[in-house]
Order: sequence, then structure tokens, then C-alpha cells
Amino acid sequence: MDSTLVTMLLEGTKDTLYMTLVSTLFGYVLGLPLGIILTITDKDGITPNAGIYKILDVLVNLLRSIPFLILLILVIPLTRFLVGKSYGSTATIVPLVIAAAPFIARMVESSLKEVDKGVIEAATSMGASTWTIITKVLLAEAKTSLLVGVTIVLGTILGYSAMAGAVGGGGLGDIAIRYGYYRYQTDIMIVTIVILVILVQILQGIGMMISKKLDHRRV
Amino acid sequence: MKNEETLLEIRHLHKDYGNGAVLKDVSFDVHKGEVLVVIGSSGCGKSTLLRCLNGLESIQTGTISFCGKTIDGSKKDWFQARQKIGMVFQSYDLFPHKTVLENVILAPLKVQKRSRAEAVEEAEILLKRVGLYDKKDVYPRQLSGGQKQRVAIVRALIMHPEVMLFDEVTAALDPEMVREVLDVMLELAKKGLTMIIVTHEMQFAKAVADRVIFLDNGEIAEEDTPENFFNCPKTERAKSFLNTFVFEEG
Repeated sequence: MDSTLVTMLLEGTKDTLYMTLVSTLFGYVLGLPLGIILTITDKDGITPNAGIYKILDVLVNLLRSIPFLILLILVIPLTRFLVGKSYGSTATIVPLVIAAAPFIARMVESSLKEVDKGVIEAATSMGASTWTIITKVLLAEAKTSLLVGVTIVLGTILGYSAMAGAVGGGGLGDIAIRYGYYRYQTDIMIVTIVILVILVQILQGIGMMISKKLDHRRV
Repeated sequence: MKNEETLLEIRHLHKDYGNGAVLKDVSFDVHKGEVLVVIGSSGCGKSTLLRCLNGLESIQTGTISFCGKTIDGSKKDWFQARQKIGMVFQSYDLFPHKTVLENVILAPLKVQKRSRAEAVEEAEILLKRVGLYDKKDVYPRQLSGGQKQRVAIVRALIMHPEVMLFDEVTAALDPEMVREVLDVMLELAKKGLTMIIVTHEMQFAKAVADRVIFLDNGEIAEEDTPENFFNCPKTERAKSFLNTFVFEEG
């Protein structure tokens, strides 16, 4: 493999990681509060509110049901407005975040709902406020599950970012499509796939390791 | 032990889950320093009653007054009242990701806004009192059921409650661990803590109670001193309930 090719693949890997990590981060900025609100406003939550729950529930379902490739095209006007252009890795972050946030909200919701109701009741019985219960009980007790969620999200967003290659999104997916699909350079496509697989393995491995370290429930 | 200062005043409490009443017109007082034991068969509403007194269950009608003030049912009112009404549950409900010490000091720090040093100091004193000082840095999974329940009691005690509610706290324990928990509760009773205890341990009820309430089908069927209640129950329902605990030989 010549050096320009290696440079290109390295650049692609960097772009892919950049898109994945930044999108996941912003995805959590939106999705974490959303997931918390979904948890506490549900009928078994600590501040049930059928109206708010229903609205957010429908919104999340709606966004989740749009295929990512369609979403990519749908949000082009917004992407242009925010980033100034609709192609390249920074531009891809916009649809990635929109796809990630509702997905993350659901992951957070399911993690928080795993927290034993008795433990929440115990905190309630001591006079803990809603805020204290969210931060000191829900988030604290669900942390291992939340971390497993982060690794799943990272893997999913990595996959989405590769998909964005179809519309000039940058990163490894872009390279795979341009060289592997349009120019029939199957070897380059295979290399990019191998890199993607390794990335997913690394992210998954790190996530699981941290989550295991934090788990105090098992001996 | 009993004096006339009324701590809790429950009037005409009515609770309904939608398929029949669970509590029907329940009224009673709890005086300062008194140990009130609530007994009755499963499903008679004893646990629900206790949970209503801590605002964990809403009530349809009736009033609960605490220290002379009626709790209006608003969130803010309950946040205040709960700090003074401690509760211990059947399933311990310790925070699994927090050490024993962290379990105990969470509420003093976050709810009462006490200083860490002071909360830790008191937590250590209380843990010593129940014989668990050496376990302060372990996680709940490393404790036996009896130890967990003693930690749960300490976790409620550190809030300096005016009254403590015990909801069948020994029901989930192995028989050999029941004693260590009941001993702690007897000790608290001797120190003059006001307690409302829901239990199936009749011997313990007899030993610790100042007054017994027998709940049957959501209503107070009998309210008496333990001597009267256990020796000569007035109602047939109480008689047949107490008989289920008697094993006759041969």
C-alpha cells in the first residue's frame, strides 16, 4: 500500500472517530435529560405526568422511525444553516446528533427503569427531593447500565457515520463507498471494514471494562 | 413511658386502589414515646397504612396530622414531614452501589444539608451501636440480611426522626437473623423512640408494644394493651387470628 493511501485511511479513521465521539457527546447532552424526563414522568416514575410523557414518547418514536439515510437528506437545510455546508464530517454531526438523541433517550430510560423501585422509595421516605433522587439514586445506581448504553450508542453511531459516506459524509464510510463501490477497489473497502470492526471492538472493550469496574452488586 | 403529647393523629383514613377499599375509616393517635404494634393477616392493609403515614401512598379521604399540623398532601409538606418520619422496609432497600457508610450519610448530607464530618461521625457512632462499625466500608452485597436491616435502621435513625415506621422488617430474614434485628428495635423502644411496627412476630409484639392495633379487612377491629389483646381478645376475628399462631401438641 502506498503512503498516500495510508494517509487517507488514517485521515478517514480520524474523521470517523471525530464524528462518532462528538455526535455521541452532543447526543447525550440532548438525550440524557430527555431519558431522565421520560423516566420520572412515566406513570410509575417519581413525578408522573401523563401529558409530558406522551408528548416526548411520541416525539422520540417519531424520530426513531425515520431511517437514517432519509434523515440525512431531510435535515440538509438545518445542516447548512448550522455548519454552512452539507458535506464533510462536521456537517454529518448534525444528522448524527438528531439520530442519536432519541436513541440515547431510550437507552437512558431503560437503564434508569432498571433501578429497584424499593431503593427509590427508601430515598423518598427519607425526604429526598426529586433532584436528589435523580442525581444520587437514579443516575448513581444505574451507572453501570448507563455505561453499557454508551458503548452500544458508540457502536451504533459509528455505523451511522459510515452510512453518511453515501452522501459525502467523510470518514471511513466515505472512503469505502468512493473507492470500494464506485472504483471497484475491493481491497480498500475491505481495509476500511477491518478498521471499523477494530474500532467497534476497542470501544466496546473499554466500555465493558469500565462498567465492570464500577459494578458493586456482584462479588 | 407514654405521655400525652400526640405525635401523629390519624382521622378517618380511607384508601382505595380502585378495586375495593384497602383502608376504611381508620382513626388512631400515636403518642410521643409510644410503641404501637399493628398486626393482622396478610392483605389486611397494615403495610398500606404504614406507607400512607410516610406519603408513599396517597389517600382518598381523611387527615394525617404530624406534631399538631395537618399534612396537606402537597409534595413540599411531605418532603418536610418525611425527614421526621423514618421508615424501614421489609426488603432493606439499601443502595447497592454505595458502601454502608455512604448509604447512611446520603440523607443527612443531601436532605438535611449537614456537614460531612458531622454526618460521618454520627454514622460511625450509630453503626457501632448496632455492631456494624467494621462493615462501614463494604457494599451491601457483602452483608447478611440481618446486617442489611440493621444498616437500614441506622440509615433512618441518623435523620433523628420523631417517629419510626417498621414495615415487616424481619419477614424476609432467615430465622437465625431475626433476633439481632429485633434486639436493636427493643433497644430503641427502651430509649423512648416512638415507633409504629407492623409485624408477624407475636412474641416480639407482646414484648415491645405499649398498644396493639388489630387490623382486619382494612378497619381497626381491636385496639388494646398487649396484655388484654393477647390474653383475652374481645372479637372473634382477633381470636381466630391469634389461634393461627398456636400449635397444640398431640
